[in-house]
Amino acid sequence: MRAAGGGPSSYLYRKLKSRLMMGLTLAATVITLLPLFFVLAYLLSKGVTSLNLAFFTHLPKPVGEPGGGMANAIVGTFELIGLASLIGVPIGIGAGLYLNEYGGALSAPARFAADVLIGMPSIVVGIFAYAVLVRPMRGFSALAGGFALGIIMIPLVMRTTEEMVRLVPQELREAALALGVTRWRTTVSVVVRTAAAGIATGVILAIARVAGETAPLLFTAFGNRFWARGLREPIASLTVQVYTYAISPFADWQRQAWAGALVLTAIVLALELGVRWITRGRLKPLR
Amino acid sequence: MEPSIQLSLRTRPEPDPQATEAVTLPTVAAPARHRIAPGLLGDRLFRFSTALLALLVLALLLGFAIVLAMESRLSLVKFGLSFFTSTNWDPVNEEFGALPFVYGTVVTSAIALLIAVPLSLGVSLCMVELLPQWLAARIGFLVELLAAIPSVVYGLWGIFVLGPWLRDAVDPLLARYLGFLPQFQGPHLAVSLLTAGVLLSVMIIPYITAVCTEVFRVVPQTQREAALALGATKWEMIRMAVIPYGYTGVIGAIILGLGRALGETIAVAMVIGNRPEISASLFLPSSTLASAIANEFTEATGDMYLSALVELGLVLMVLAVVLNAAARALVTGVVSQGEGR
Amino acid sequence: MDNARTAQAAAIIPVPSGGPQEDAASAPDPDKLKVVELSAFYRGKIALRKIRVDIAANQVTAIIGPSGCGKSTLVRCLNRMHEVQPGNHAEGEVWLDGENIYAPGVDPVQIRRRVGMVFQKATPFPTMSIEDNVTAGLRLNNRRMSRAERDRIVERSLRQAALWEEVRDKLREPGISLSGGQQQRLCIARALAVEPEVLLMDEPCSALDPISTARIEELILELKASYTIVLVTHNMQQAARASDYTAFLLNGDLIEFGETNQIFTNPARRETEEYITGRFG
Repeated sequence: MRAAGGGPSSYLYRKLKSRLMMGLTLAATVITLLPLFFVLAYLLSKGVTSLNLAFFTHLPKPVGEPGGGMANAIVGTFELIGLASLIGVPIGIGAGLYLNEYGGALSAPARFAADVLIGMPSIVVGIFAYAVLVRPMRGFSALAGGFALGIIMIPLVMRTTEEMVRLVPQELREAALALGVTRWRTTVSVVVRTAAAGIATGVILAIARVAGETAPLLFTAFGNRFWARGLREPIASLTVQVYTYAISPFADWQRQAWAGALVLTAIVLALELGVRWITRGRLKPLR
Repeated sequence: MEPSIQLSLRTRPEPDPQATEAVTLPTVAAPARHRIAPGLLGDRLFRFSTALLALLVLALLLGFAIVLAMESRLSLVKFGLSFFTSTNWDPVNEEFGALPFVYGTVVTSAIALLIAVPLSLGVSLCMVELLPQWLAARIGFLVELLAAIPSVVYGLWGIFVLGPWLRDAVDPLLARYLGFLPQFQGPHLAVSLLTAGVLLSVMIIPYITAVCTEVFRVVPQTQREAALALGATKWEMIRMAVIPYGYTGVIGAIILGLGRALGETIAVAMVIGNRPEISASLFLPSSTLASAIANEFTEATGDMYLSALVELGLVLMVLAVVLNAAARALVTGVVSQGEGR
Repeated sequence: MDNARTAQAAAIIPVPSGGPQEDAASAPDPDKLKVVELSAFYRGKIALRKIRVDIAANQVTAIIGPSGCGKSTLVRCLNRMHEVQPGNHAEGEVWLDGENIYAPGVDPVQIRRRVGMVFQKATPFPTMSIEDNVTAGLRLNNRRMSRAERDRIVERSLRQAALWEEVRDKLREPGISLSGGQQQRLCIARALAVEPEVLLMDEPCSALDPISTARIEELILELKASYTIVLVTHNMQQAARASDYTAFLLNGDLIEFGETNQIFTNPARRETEEYITGRFG
């Protein structure tokens, strides 16, 4: 194979082949990033021109009528995120603490369950929430939507919490215990507090993730052309609204879908980028 | 010389002195023998409640299985295995066969993997072996951003940009050069298996890339140096050292990507056309397990219809659990082995 | 039997007679801690074998021995910190002022408030200021303090740890902003703030420069007026300089225990002599 001389095994040939293959990996990188560029470019060009004040302040118009906005959907998205956080954050943090701080016989199966739940298609979560909440309550509701999103948040928050408190040096726990501090107080006031920035990052990334979810809301929160007057009513969300408008045959709704997609992406990316930027320097000392 | 008090104690790592076995009691009073100290009570309460939450996560997974099985029992009982062999999806006559959805799911996922796997491998090799650290970090960040964009936004882009572009620019080329295959015959439509597959590939690349990058990073430097010392070129070094070492992890990454592709709902529902038909041509509409649920669930009248849709969800769940478990096992094996060195 | 510390060591290891006897008269107080037949296990492996040693009140007792001999394990058994790591456990008795801290029903948290500890690595809580670090043990035990009381405790503890003059103007700054030696003294102040009776020091100077080390040693000599101190060290000069009694451990066994002077000038056992003259370990 490696015989000297000309032909396909010559050093020159091998070197050129190596150059070619490395060039291809570079090409793959460029090709992979093209969609990111195009999606963002279209969002900006189509979204910005479709945005206006009414979009943020008005309710949607009836089917086919031009004008109106997504005020209720924007508020609804934040309401759903709030509900989801009420479920996902405490359960996720508590379970994550258990995995690292106590780590009993339960932790291996619980960790496995969390990993599988992270990979669970979100539409399946929607079905679960439908069966558990929507049908017994006889109707779509903000509550059911928040519940579905909350379930998606739990394993995400749980795993980041576990990872983050694992970075807290064992010496700090021992230092607190040696002062005669109880174990739970050590966990809350020393471990969690030291890992707080990391845990908060995990929570915000989980929020960013569920803010962009559509599938689990289709038959839980459903959607609402008006303001939801309570948690037991269907509620609009940006994602479902964009979905509905995008697949509609009306040009003005399609225009608004771009505007909605732009606002949605802006919210999600602001959360993602913001949290990375803020915690950029601060997460380091933990290691 | 021997102490007058004999006492055999075993103190377990967790604070639970009540459970320790005292053979003989000390003659000196041990004041808090029968009372649990208040600090310990708090500890137990806290440990118990966090354990309860961990248990809840476990119960949630079981709950998914139980609820979905219960909700689909009508369909499970009535159709049995024919659910997967029948192509007849007929809500009016309450006859449900899921083969078209299985077909759509398999084909779109296959297209997605066909595109995403080489690209992801290219990106991760480029980041690990070619680019300087600072640039690789930035590229990695951009690839992560691909995963951050909501799927409904991809769907919107797919409907109005990607689908028409594929129809007008790519489909004719494919038809001209590969038109002898049934996959590339027939009319060109913007909503199609091909559009869904391509869109899915964009969406799963960040997941496959992230895992592959991690796997290649843990390849020990000594392996690379050994290959280079034999006079290997950079590419030969990758072929000899990097890829074989990370092979299992790459397979795990691909399975993980497959799991994502199977379960992706909204973007696919927006660009696949949602027609429960099996057609050879990739230029024609179809439907997947997930997109069918998204599309039809709220319109499902009748218990049998709903039950059949939930069974689609059950199939998705089982696939997701199996694929995820397999992928985690493969990936964690490689990564922990590498880090253990 | 109570007052003959060396005799107790002899109970397990025969010490040639003619060694130190009846020095109890020189000890001002009776024993603060009595370790009886203490064995410790690390994931099922034995780390300490039936140790017997008595720790005199208001004296410095050094524990020396090659690394891995169990000296850290022994000191961590004295305030039930050994069991904090999963898989560890201990058997036997440790009597603190006549109370067996390994008796059933004893709350290890209460024991740790009475027996404080300073670790090898300085571990100020990174999220807390200097002042908050000092009062951490009190605050995390829900002790309510007035502002004045709090200030008093901070000043007293920092003075005792010989750190007050250096930090009095920056009490609100983070504890991790201090130098390594200052951080270690901050940890000593933090341990002293809860007013323990015993202070365990697990190689407190091993990560410090010679000047910081000298300051800590000075501090140890000052502190022994009010506290009983157990000092683990791999530095024999330090043991010789700072301690009154010395215990020599080897492979989990207590080889010899006696007055520091005697151990270093006239060791009874060959292993001790070989260790302190640097022939092994």
